[in-house]
Amino acid sequence: MMRHIISILMENESGALSRVAGLFSARGYNIESLTVAPTEDPSLSRMTLVTRGNDEIIEQITKQLNKLIDVVKLIDLADSFHIERELLMIKVKTTPEMRDEIRSMADIFRGKIIDVTPTTYIIEMTGPSEKLDAFIAAIDPESIIEAVRSGPTGISRGELGLHL
Amino acid sequence: MELNGAQIVVQSLIDEGVEYIFGYPGGAVLHLYDAIFQQEELKHILVRHEQGATHAADGYARATGKPGVVLVTSGPGATNAITGIATAYLDSIPLVVISGQVSLPVIGSDAFQEVDMVGITRPCVKHNFLVKDVTKLAETIKKAFYVATSGRPGPVVIDIPKDITAPHIKVPYSYPDSVSIRSYNPVVTGHKGQIKKAVDLLLSAKKPIIYSGGGVVLGEASESLIEFTRTLGYPITNTLMGLGSYPATDKQFVGMLGMHGTYEANMAMHESDVIIAIGARFDDRVTGKLDLFCPNAKIIHIDIDPASISKTVRVAIPIVGDVKPVLEQMLELIKASTIKIDADALAQWWKQISEWQAINCLEFDRSSPLIKPQYVIEQLHEVTQGNAYVTSDVGQHQMWAAQYYKFNKPRRWINSGGLGTMGFGLPAAIGVKLAFPESDVACVTGEASIQMCIQELSTALQYKTPIKILNLNNRYMGMVRQWQEFSYESRYSHSYMDTIPEFVKLAEAYGHVGIRIDKPEEVRPTLEAAFAMKDRTVFIDIMTDRTENVYPMIEAGKGHHDMKLRVAIGTSTDRELA
Repeated sequence: MMRHIISILMENESGALSRVAGLFSARGYNIESLTVAPTEDPSLSRMTLVTRGNDEIIEQITKQLNKLIDVVKLIDLADSFHIERELLMIKVKTTPEMRDEIRSMADIFRGKIIDVTPTTYIIEMTGPSEKLDAFIAAIDPESIIEAVRSGPTGISRGELGLHL
Repeated sequence: MELNGAQIVVQSLIDEGVEYIFGYPGGAVLHLYDAIFQQEELKHILVRHEQGATHAADGYARATGKPGVVLVTSGPGATNAITGIATAYLDSIPLVVISGQVSLPVIGSDAFQEVDMVGITRPCVKHNFLVKDVTKLAETIKKAFYVATSGRPGPVVIDIPKDITAPHIKVPYSYPDSVSIRSYNPVVTGHKGQIKKAVDLLLSAKKPIIYSGGGVVLGEASESLIEFTRTLGYPITNTLMGLGSYPATDKQFVGMLGMHGTYEANMAMHESDVIIAIGARFDDRVTGKLDLFCPNAKIIHIDIDPASISKTVRVAIPIVGDVKPVLEQMLELIKASTIKIDADALAQWWKQISEWQAINCLEFDRSSPLIKPQYVIEQLHEVTQGNAYVTSDVGQHQMWAAQYYKFNKPRRWINSGGLGTMGFGLPAAIGVKLAFPESDVACVTGEASIQMCIQELSTALQYKTPIKILNLNNRYMGMVRQWQEFSYESRYSHSYMDTIPEFVKLAEAYGHVGIRIDKPEEVRPTLEAAFAMKDRTVFIDIMTDRTENVYPMIEAGKGHHDMKLRVAIGTSTDRELA
């Protein structure tokens, strides 16, 4: 079951997101993560969807997505060289003796502390999903109050691009 | 020209060339109905239940090739239409369904007769729209017709809030001649390289078969298919949805394939070395168990919908495109090709097929004192000289109509193949008759199916659509009973009704002619008399052999080569059932 990142350019219209989500649930495909936001052209949205499946399933997913009237274009980023990034914000409990250690851990992973209270830090970090996984694994699970992840978003390298 | 929203809807439909709109009024569409009242060009057909509206529009669409148009109110009107929309969706039938919605300011407040129609229909439409701006109304309607009828056709819903159709808000109106959608560009022409490869493979085949489906009907490609098939001299089988696109009485036609297909069609599929699938989608009722499907065949698949290709069966040569131009391109290449068909191999193949045909898998007991349903369909074919439009409901009668009415022309066989919707036949027949008032229209049904939309008998009277209803009455939900007989040791759980109405009286109560027959010798004269009554709807309640089953049959989990055939005639049937 290969992991695929499907990047979709679609009409920025109400209901477009539910068409994609509905397609996945109706046909029994799984969505690992999904991010969506308008592009530089406000009439278009860009969606990045992470799913898993064998070649046949991924072929059907891309064909069925292409059939949706609101979908303009899509690419499977797994097919080409690409960069993917995910945003993590994680809130951890801190004790005076632990604060230095957490700060240096965040530095090692190139994270930033973006909010501080006497008893907590919020750390912001971007990177491939595996890096975020590694960071979370490296800190004491007892100290995590909450963690939010955006799900990965991706872009292909070089001159290729997903545009009108 | 300045029009209000309701007038824009009506005028857009007229400008689109719509003749009939099938519907039922209600609160959210009152402005629209008022606009309909004040004009005469667009004819409204008032049904008795919104499901009937969608099926009638669907029947009209299947028979004419033009989109069917429906108008329903919000809430229950909209939800009642869902079965019909899903029916059209599964068979790729172009419908434009306009549903009323509560006014924009109250959407989302659980207002009276509010349902999220766009949300509810999303999985069973090709596309849907919620109109939030009256100035976008005409363009949205144009888009709906474009999407419904182009590419792989399908139903499109336009949900219109009541305030969008308010009489006092007038805006400039013009109906666009054409519309383009940047995210929607269906592929029409096939890939040349793929077509060349397909032709080479096809001409090198030793045991070829052509397997064609509803796409040929939808794509108006029947004539191209006939020329293609005759040029090759290969056997051809049709799916349930493809019947009529190749003449059933032609010698190259080996019958329908699939669960209740002919022995020869299924065996030929199983033994073939090259299959060309044309506008067919490898439905589970066609393929049987996928692991056992056509083990030796290389498959060519032509379909307008890329998602239909390699969905269930991997194919060697996919061709995405409209079947008609693709078949025409293939035909040209076939005629110009230097590859000669192996005539000896083909003769051998036909010899093998004729041996399968000799089993005579559709034979039935012709000496029974009871009316055999197969006999009724054969007689229907003779009395109507094979020219009738035949609609059906779902079950045994549907399969018998498919097997025994030898359809020689496309768009004559009107049935719910994909969704299998009981209740489809009667309203569909009304839609067909409106489109073709001079043609014979028969609805082949059963006493269970007919009761699902029987209220439309009232519509048939109001709009004077004289159809002939052949009610194959076996006092059972026959297909359910058949499966219970085969798979559940004849435990007939709820597959019969204790209180079947007197259909003759029912027909008469609705203002039609009712006739009941129970002897084989009555079948022919009754059909002749019924079709002679040109201006009356006739309900013929035909008491058939209640033990009769549909053969041949591929049971669940079996392959094409493993069919259940009728045991020797005279031994298996006519026995008393519990």
